[in-house]
Amino acid sequence: MTIANPRDTGVQRLPFDLARIRRDFPILKREIAPGVPLVYLDNAATSQKPVQVIAELTRFYRDHNANIHRGVHTLSVESTELYEAARAKVARFINAPKTEEIIFTRNTTESLNLVAHAWARKFLHEGDEVVISEIEHHSNIVPWQMLRDARGIVLRYIPMLPDGTLDLDAARKIIGPRTKLLSITAMSNALGTIVPLEVLVPLAKAQGAVVMVDGAQSVPHLPVDVQALDIDFLAFSAHKMLGPTGIGILWGKMALLDAMDPFLGGGDMILTVSMERSTWADVPAKFEAGTPNVADAIAFGTAIDYLDALGMDAVREHERDITDYALRRLADVPGVSIFGPMDADLRGGVISFELEGVHPHDIGQVLDTHGVAIRTGHHCAQPVMLALNVPATARASFYLYNTTDEVDKLATSLEEVTRFFGGAR
Amino acid sequence: MSDGLMEDLYREIILDHYRQPRNRHAIESPSCSADGSNPLCGDQVTVSVVVDGDRITEVGFSGQGCSISQASASMMTEYVRGRTVAEARAGVDAFQQMMTTGTVAGLEGFDDIDALVGVAKFPARVKCASLAWKTLEQALNEGVVPVTTPVTTDERNSNG
Repeated sequence: MTIANPRDTGVQRLPFDLARIRRDFPILKREIAPGVPLVYLDNAATSQKPVQVIAELTRFYRDHNANIHRGVHTLSVESTELYEAARAKVARFINAPKTEEIIFTRNTTESLNLVAHAWARKFLHEGDEVVISEIEHHSNIVPWQMLRDARGIVLRYIPMLPDGTLDLDAARKIIGPRTKLLSITAMSNALGTIVPLEVLVPLAKAQGAVVMVDGAQSVPHLPVDVQALDIDFLAFSAHKMLGPTGIGILWGKMALLDAMDPFLGGGDMILTVSMERSTWADVPAKFEAGTPNVADAIAFGTAIDYLDALGMDAVREHERDITDYALRRLADVPGVSIFGPMDADLRGGVISFELEGVHPHDIGQVLDTHGVAIRTGHHCAQPVMLALNVPATARASFYLYNTTDEVDKLATSLEEVTRFFGGAR
Repeated sequence: MSDGLMEDLYREIILDHYRQPRNRHAIESPSCSADGSNPLCGDQVTVSVVVDGDRITEVGFSGQGCSISQASASMMTEYVRGRTVAEARAGVDAFQQMMTTGTVAGLEGFDDIDALVGVAKFPARVKCASLAWKTLEQALNEGVVPVTTPVTTDERNSNG
């Protein structure tokens, strides 16, 4: 299957061959205990890495390693070129108008905090409203609570409906003339809910508000085009999309980035420094103080190459299919209740569930003995847990290398869990 | 189910306490009580005791959580009922010691608790097993403020 992509810039497309893809991920051959193969279903927490990304890390350190933007020597020039080439790949991947609009951070959390500090603290004033939602990850809640306490802004939440989708009627009332920022996830990490940005962004834009999207869960799994979405900031992380840990992205419109003050001060972010004052470098250097995570940024570029070669439409199609299969398969397991929308078109490959009579912690522990890795807990989304009236959930999340056989393994293992704890309250 | 997990963590006596918890009831007019929780995993327990002189004459718990946290709470209540406050405190210390060292507490007259020794091999679950005991200690300290088991760095996992 080959998918045409209108943004295709000549990337060689590969067919979505699941067996070949799985061979690229060495960890998928791992056994958790003798004879117990790994079934990795914790992709919303972090993805596994293909050999291409692992090899690129080694290759960089072996052949090119030097600090960037500094020396005239060959290695420094090569490292700088590789680092900037990775930036260009990221820009192309999300269809950013300018490569310089891509800022390398540590993770999504830092990207969100960068905007809270460098944009919101400068441009928001007491009484201005920031609108988020009830299904946000803590990283898109806490920075705004801190800003509220420091600056007197008003924080408002778009509520969640019982099916895990957002209450769009309420959103139409909440987003108003005082809204200065809509900061919203594109996909819930706890429930998988895909947020209808095509509805919410125009509401915010009509009020002249700035829109930031938390793309930590969406950018790894869905085609994302910042220009088509008509948004102003996008935050996401490399490690959830085949790349290394320690690299995050903030994309922002150049006019906004230009107007912002630096986040951190130090090397690489200045134009001139005297004893009295300093002037700032241009974007993106203004926001990349100190030696950046060069090797991981470059390897992230390789991860993007990998995704580009498959095409994000094909990735989404595979994950939609496996999610659809899993929703139906898990619904047949006695005692399982699934949270969030039951239509695979309305959610990404994230399924939160509970098993009657068994605490999520016990589910996760017993599944681990079957080699099945899932996440249990509140998923850094305690407002969602509160709304669902549960202390925690079990969560299986998929990526491009997962198979229906693995979903079957999850389902049969859950039946074992019930048998094991059978008769529990 | 691997034998190791059965042997180390989910021993039959633990599952028995989980399925049929002892002293899982409210206490009318307790001498003291305390709430405890592990917010990261959602374990929650309330422990109430009646103290007559220096002796614990009645104890009950309520709450929700994983099998380890609830079974440990059940065992704790069985152990402390009828003992002196000083003995109960010593039991809390002995239990914490068992979780730290992985050697059985040898609490006099109550072997069930030794079944929890395997929890020490599962660092993520130690706080589950410890919750009821720390909450008892809090109650005995006459506290009615909720206790929270300390969060260690590797538990503070914020990956979505």
